[in-house]
Amino acid sequence: MEIQKLNDLVSQTRRDILRMVHKVNSGHPGGSLGCTEFLVALYNEVMELKDGTFDMDGKNEDVFFLSNGHISPVFYSVLAHRDYFPVEELGTFRLLNSRLQGHPTTHEELPGVRIASGSLGQGLSVGIGTAQAKKLNNDSNLVYTLHGDGELQEGQNWEAIMYAAAKNVDNLIATIDFNGQQIDGSTDHVLNMGDLEAKFSAFGWDVLHVEKGNDLEAVIAGLKEAKSKTGKGKPVCILLHTVMGNGVDFMMHTHAWHGKAPNDEQLEIGLSQNPETVGDY
Amino acid sequence: MKKYTYTEKKDTRSGFGAGLAELGRTNPNVVALCADLIGSLKMDKFIEENPNRFFQIGIAEANMIGIAAGLTIGGKIPFTGTFANFSTGRVYDQIRQSVAYSDKNVKICASHAGLTLGEDGATHQILEDIGLMKMLPGMTVINTCDYNQTEAATIAIAEFEGPVYLRFGRPVVPIYMPKHTETEHENKFVIGKAIQLTEGADVTIVATGHLVWEALQASEQLEELGISAEVLNMHTIKPLDAAAVLESVAKTGCIVTAEEHNFMGGLGESISGVLAKNNPIPQEFVAVNDSFGESGTPAQLMEKYGLNDKAIVAAVQKVIKRK
Repeated sequence: MEIQKLNDLVSQTRRDILRMVHKVNSGHPGGSLGCTEFLVALYNEVMELKDGTFDMDGKNEDVFFLSNGHISPVFYSVLAHRDYFPVEELGTFRLLNSRLQGHPTTHEELPGVRIASGSLGQGLSVGIGTAQAKKLNNDSNLVYTLHGDGELQEGQNWEAIMYAAAKNVDNLIATIDFNGQQIDGSTDHVLNMGDLEAKFSAFGWDVLHVEKGNDLEAVIAGLKEAKSKTGKGKPVCILLHTVMGNGVDFMMHTHAWHGKAPNDEQLEIGLSQNPETVGDY
Repeated sequence: MKKYTYTEKKDTRSGFGAGLAELGRTNPNVVALCADLIGSLKMDKFIEENPNRFFQIGIAEANMIGIAAGLTIGGKIPFTGTFANFSTGRVYDQIRQSVAYSDKNVKICASHAGLTLGEDGATHQILEDIGLMKMLPGMTVINTCDYNQTEAATIAIAEFEGPVYLRFGRPVVPIYMPKHTETEHENKFVIGKAIQLTEGADVTIVATGHLVWEALQASEQLEELGISAEVLNMHTIKPLDAAAVLESVAKTGCIVTAEEHNFMGGLGESISGVLAKNNPIPQEFVAVNDSFGESGTPAQLMEKYGLNDKAIVAAVQKVIKRK
C-alpha cells in the first residue's frame, strides 16, 4: 500500500480511537495511539493474510496476538478497516451485547481475534504455542505478538522468553511497545526493568530497536528487518520506541491518558489534530 | 447385590499414560506438554513414539498453559501434564483467560491429586482443584477411579471439543471398571454420564475418584448390616449427571457423597445444589473438612481425614436416621 494511504489510515484510526473511548467514557487511548503506526503497518503492509476470510486456525497465513489487550481500540479499528468486520461496529465498543468487549475476546466470535487478553503477560506463551503448531503443520508463515513494556513485569513473560530461545522458536516476532509508561507512572519509577535489550539478548533472542516507532516508514522498515531475521534459530524481538498518546498533543509523553477518556472539548481538539480520511464510522 | 472384585492393582496415572500412548498412535493432532514431570505423569511411551509431538516446557506451568492454548490455534489437541496443584491453583488465571474464556480445546491432565499423594505433604496435596475448575464456565471436570477408567477417559476427551480438567492420582488401586475397548459394556465411560455400580433401596452413595472403590467396599459392609446401598460412580463432576442422582434418591430418600477433596467446592456441593432445587433430602459428606493435608502414607491419611469405607459406612448410618 502507498505510504500516503497508510498515513491516511493512521489518521483515521486515531480518530476512531478517540471517538470510541469518548463515547463510552472509558477505555485506553494512550497505548492505543502510541501503537497506531505499528498495527496499521503490520496489518496493511507486513503480514501475509488470507483476504476476506477468518478462521481460528490461521493456517498458511501470518497470525497476530495482542497481549496487552487494553489497547483494544486500536486493534479493533485496524481490524475493521482491514475488513474483518463492519467499520460501523466500532460504535458498539464497550456497549452491552457488543462483540467489541473492553478487552478482546474470542467469546463473542469477533473475526480477527484468536485469544482473549487483558490479564497481562499471557500473550507470548500463546504466540509460542501457535508458532510451534505452525512448525508441526509445515506452515512457513509467522506469528507476531505485541506487548506493553510494563507488561514485562509479569513473570510468565520470562518463562516464555526463556522457552522460545531454548526451543528455537524462530518463526515468532514479539514487539514490545517501549513507551516507558505504565498506570502508576514511568516504568523506571514503578519498577525499573533495566536494560531490556541486554535481557532479551542474554536469554538468546535476536533483538532490534525501532527508534522511531511512530514513523510509519521506520516501523515498516523495522518489521521487514525483523522478518529477515526469522528462520535462523532465534526468536526475534523488536523494541519499538513509541510515545504514549502519540498524535494528540496533550496526551503525549505522560501516563495520564493510559486509561482515561477525553471529554467533549478534548475530543474536538484531538480530532482536529487527526483529520478524517477514509471516513468516520 | 452385585459384587466387584479385582485381580490387579495399578495407579490411575498409568491409565492416563496408556491412554495418551494410544492417542499418539490413533490421533495425529494430539500433542503433549509436560512441566518436568514426565515419569510421574507416565508420559514416556507417548514421547518415545512421538518425539516431535511432545513439548518439554520445564518448570514453568503458566507458560505451559499458554503454549497449550496457542497450539490449539493450528488444530492441535494439547494434553498438559503436571501435578494437580500445579495444574490448577498455580495457573488459575492462565486457564481462566487463555483456555476457558478463550474456549480453547486444551486437556489439562492432573496427577497426584488429593491426600493420596502421601508423604510430600500439604504443599502438593491439592484438595481445592475440583472447585477451582468447576467454577470456570465451559470447563468439563472429570475425576476417574481406576486405571481402566482413566485410560478410557483420556481417550474420550480427545474426541470431545472443549476444555477439560482430567484429575487422577498416584497410588495403586484396584482395577474394576471395563477396558475402553469393551465399548458394549454397560459400565463404559461416557463423559457426563454417571455409572450405577450397585442397585439399592435404602441409601444412594455417589462417589468420585479413589472413593468409588471405598464406596463399593462400604456397600458390602452395609449389606451385612441389612442396608441396601445404591452406588453411583460419578466420574464427571461437570457437567453433572443430575438425572441419575435424582432418579436414585427418588428410590432411596437419602444420599452420601464421597470424594478426595474439600467438601466446599467439590462433588458433594454440586449435588447439594441439585437436591436443593429438586428434591431436598438428607445428605452427608465424606470429604475433607476445610483443612489442608499433611505428610503420611496414603492409607494413614485417608483414615485420619475420614475418606475410606469406614467413614462412608458411618455417614450412611447417620444419614438414614435423618430420613
